[in-house]
Amino acid sequence: MANILHIVVCAGIVPDPLQTLEPITGPSGPGLKNEMVLPAVLDPWAACALYEAANLAAKNPGSKLWLVSLGPKAKLQQVMMTVAQKVPFELVPIDGPIGGFPDAHSTAAVLAESIAALPDLDRAKLLLFGGWESATRGAGVTLQLVGERLGITDHFQGVDEISLREDGSFEVLERVEGGKHQVSVCVGTPAVLGWATGNLAEPRNNPQVGMANMRTIMPALAKAKAAKLDSNSLSYVSVSLPKQQRETHVVKDLTPDQIAAELIEWIGAE
Amino acid sequence: MENILVLIHADESGSALSKASLEAVTAGKELAARLSASLTIGIVAKDSASAASAVASTGARLMAVSGEAFAQARYASDVVATEALCRVAKATIILAPGTSRFARVAAGVAHRLGGFIDTHITVLGGAESVEATRWFYRQRVEAVISRSVRPWFLLLDAGTHAAFAGKSQPVQIEQVAVELPALRTTVSGFRAPEQGQQTIRPDAKMLFVAGAGWTKKQPDGQVHVGEASELILGFLRATGASLGSSKSLVDQSGEGNSVLPFLTHLNQIGQTGSTPRHAKGLSTCCHGEEPHVVGWRFIGDRRAISLDPNCGWTRGKADVVYIADAFPVMAKVNALLEAKKR
Repeated sequence: MANILHIVVCAGIVPDPLQTLEPITGPSGPGLKNEMVLPAVLDPWAACALYEAANLAAKNPGSKLWLVSLGPKAKLQQVMMTVAQKVPFELVPIDGPIGGFPDAHSTAAVLAESIAALPDLDRAKLLLFGGWESATRGAGVTLQLVGERLGITDHFQGVDEISLREDGSFEVLERVEGGKHQVSVCVGTPAVLGWATGNLAEPRNNPQVGMANMRTIMPALAKAKAAKLDSNSLSYVSVSLPKQQRETHVVKDLTPDQIAAELIEWIGAE
Repeated sequence: MENILVLIHADESGSALSKASLEAVTAGKELAARLSASLTIGIVAKDSASAASAVASTGARLMAVSGEAFAQARYASDVVATEALCRVAKATIILAPGTSRFARVAAGVAHRLGGFIDTHITVLGGAESVEATRWFYRQRVEAVISRSVRPWFLLLDAGTHAAFAGKSQPVQIEQVAVELPALRTTVSGFRAPEQGQQTIRPDAKMLFVAGAGWTKKQPDGQVHVGEASELILGFLRATGASLGSSKSLVDQSGEGNSVLPFLTHLNQIGQTGSTPRHAKGLSTCCHGEEPHVVGWRFIGDRRAISLDPNCGWTRGKADVVYIADAFPVMAKVNALLEAKKR
């Protein structure tokens, strides 16, 4: 018998990984130069969480999937044009600042409040998904803070796999040190799962899914609540680009034997 | 005055301390000395006696939450254990290693205590206050942060401090009692990737990065995946290096193509992978930005073998780039390593 799940995926938007980033400090604190015009994508690990969630929801008929995302409305709309074509979901947009410098505790408070207010959410059936770290702040704490605020006491981080059983319990594989997974069994929902890459490939764009999603996404974006994030006494002493620029020595004229000999010497050198 | 608490935990044996925990002890000792603050060490372990002995020479106050329930890493039990230690220590600054165990629970504990948390700390500085250095945007932007509100949790990245190495001695530990909630999660053990031997070795001196070029057509118009596998695994066997991979190569494995069978997403370095710390790194057949910029951020001495003399991502990122075909080079390297062994 399939289990009915209520899956909420928390996913932010981040600058496309191939963009060059330059930090600047403005009146409201640090940010990125031209942040609003940088191409953005759904946070990569959170995107993995979304695809895993959609897969789980599809295998368990009657399940529901929400995507909660905090960011500037206009940026969210841009990113959703692509994401909406991947898998079916209901968007819960929150109009707020972009970037990695706002405090994670404030972000978590806003997300938890929005999730708690979802009218059709049955918290007993809740699986709270997200990336185990964002590609912006990369703190790996937001999901745990949201989970605590929602009173959930079973958390898993660095998740690569969830196997749901007929009785509602599930096995989780979490990344731990040394390239291994810790295997745990939880008796059932509710639980928090911070995803690493998982095992699913990125779904292909499906225009039909996109059209169905956009019917609800556009009205949701129009009604998105604005959120202001508190600094919680977090202050930035400095924000800068790393200064490590190496003087690269390009070796073009050595034979494989000569290169190998050099490498052996280098490997053995203390 | 600050009260500094260093949280540490036992490794899989249930009693010995992990290297990351000993590094956090060093960080705590240094910070306490600099701020003239009190230092407490809180241990979470099945059996805390030997862990406490190992850090007894710090002279810190030692307390522990011990018992069978704490043999394994689980949110519900670890969160009450660490919360209790923080409350008894009346800690204002809590340092902990950024291990998978503490990364899972520390934010929850910070919330329960009404405190705040920052993670991936690489440097603890500041003159009279505490300033912490960490990276943003996947190791692309570095920032120094501070907070005036306490308690403040700081999770330290592994490899950023020397491991504490004091003389082990018997010591009295304050055992802190906790009331466990009903536990809904059971940890049943660990599982290594099924693809064969373990290729991820965090303590290795060298990181070997395999790029997608290993699976591309070679000058004879054929792909040589079997040969590539043998060369890579042979090098890992001979040197004890850890294996990292570019995203494109790992993704090919996930899409069911005939590629290097021992690679999983756990090997992936870069934007959606890890940023490991090793003294040396050798990149082969790898042309993307991610392994070189993000994945290599904490690699000391870097060399690359690439066919592309104009690869913009190795320029400025690697110390030496050899413009050559990695297949014959690595075959010769392996042969020399083998001869050296004999």
